[in-house]
Amino acid sequence: MDIKERIHEFIVTNCLFGDTEYDLTDETPLLDSGIIDSTGVIELVLFVSEAFGIEVPAEDMLPENFNSITRLSNYVQMQAVASAGQ
Amino acid sequence: MEFGTDVLTINPEHETAHIVSKMRQSVQHDFRRKGAIVGLSGGIDSATVLGLAVKAFGPSRVLAVMMPEAHSSPISEEYAARLAAQYEVVAITEDLTAGLAGLGCYTRQNDAVRSVFPDYDPSLDEIKLVLPADLLERGSLNVYSLSLTRPGGEERRKVLPVAAYLQIVAASNMKQRARMLMLYYHAEERNYAVIGTANRNEHAQGFFVKYGDGGADIQPIQHLYKTQVYQLAEYLGVTQEIIDRTPTTDTYSAECSQEEFYFRLPFKQMDLIWYGLDNDIPAAKVATALEISVIQVENVYRDLAQKARSTEYLRAKPLMVR
Repeated sequence: MDIKERIHEFIVTNCLFGDTEYDLTDETPLLDSGIIDSTGVIELVLFVSEAFGIEVPAEDMLPENFNSITRLSNYVQMQAVASAGQ
Repeated sequence: MEFGTDVLTINPEHETAHIVSKMRQSVQHDFRRKGAIVGLSGGIDSATVLGLAVKAFGPSRVLAVMMPEAHSSPISEEYAARLAAQYEVVAITEDLTAGLAGLGCYTRQNDAVRSVFPDYDPSLDEIKLVLPADLLERGSLNVYSLSLTRPGGEERRKVLPVAAYLQIVAASNMKQRARMLMLYYHAEERNYAVIGTANRNEHAQGFFVKYGDGGADIQPIQHLYKTQVYQLAEYLGVTQEIIDRTPTTDTYSAECSQEEFYFRLPFKQMDLIWYGLDNDIPAAKVATALEISVIQVENVYRDLAQKARSTEYLRAKPLMVR
């Protein structure tokens, strides 16, 4: 599974009660649609930190990094590259 | 629609007359109660509600109940007592510390804090929950951090894991629920009604505890923005020390303003932006009036909408399945 698929699976399992019929695309606005609330953001942070071995500092918890699977996937890749470069 | 910084100005005399009339109708005629109970915290909202209750029923039919607990600021009770004396209202103190301790409120909260800061010493250290302060500039998400301050003043902050966050909130919410329990004891003992103190900000954005401070028979200032509550307070003669006081949560051991705990903006600024959102005023118009950028207004619009959406559960009545 790639990054997007793993995030998608996490959201379906943890935020949508496992409802695979829900029309969740890579571009669905996670925050604006109410799929993810502030508690959901913390859960997502914990998930991506553990699943992809990255750190998510508080200053990165912004809508532009979390409002869709694509945005979050891009952020994870960026952080992974940054970590590898250190 | 015209939008300016005076858009939330009210006529406090007319507003008071309107609210007082509704309070009398509800309490005396609809609920058939003989008076009113107000939980008096030492803050602006309950002070204003006490003033309204005195206007509606007279001081002899109003009881003020002060309910401090271990983490309450002592100044809160002093301010509350002086206000009650000024209004010539009987005020009693019910210290909730022992009851809350018996329910495990403090132990449960301390355990959750230790899961984040293992060396936390509740007898020395002070804690509070805070949101990021950069809502206008960056529109950051509502993710809570736990702040721990040592006796020497050294402060540490960590983003709260979900389990610790939920446990701290659940434990501290016992305080508001214990207060409701106590208010209804005194209300039922006297055949009085409980008058709530939530304002529009608290109700619509979810800054209240379901079946805690949200539990009351009438909510006379729930339709008013916080800045409008201040206008009423001035008119009703609320003591200056309460008007001048920074609104706090008075819930955690460290002093914590409502701005850093929940609202993330000064009330004067937030109320006007919120009015803009409520009335479909374009962000550009609000930005011009407040001399801030459109992006900043949009950050606040997004935050307000998100808070309203994520707290719908708090405002929902129990659903009945037919």
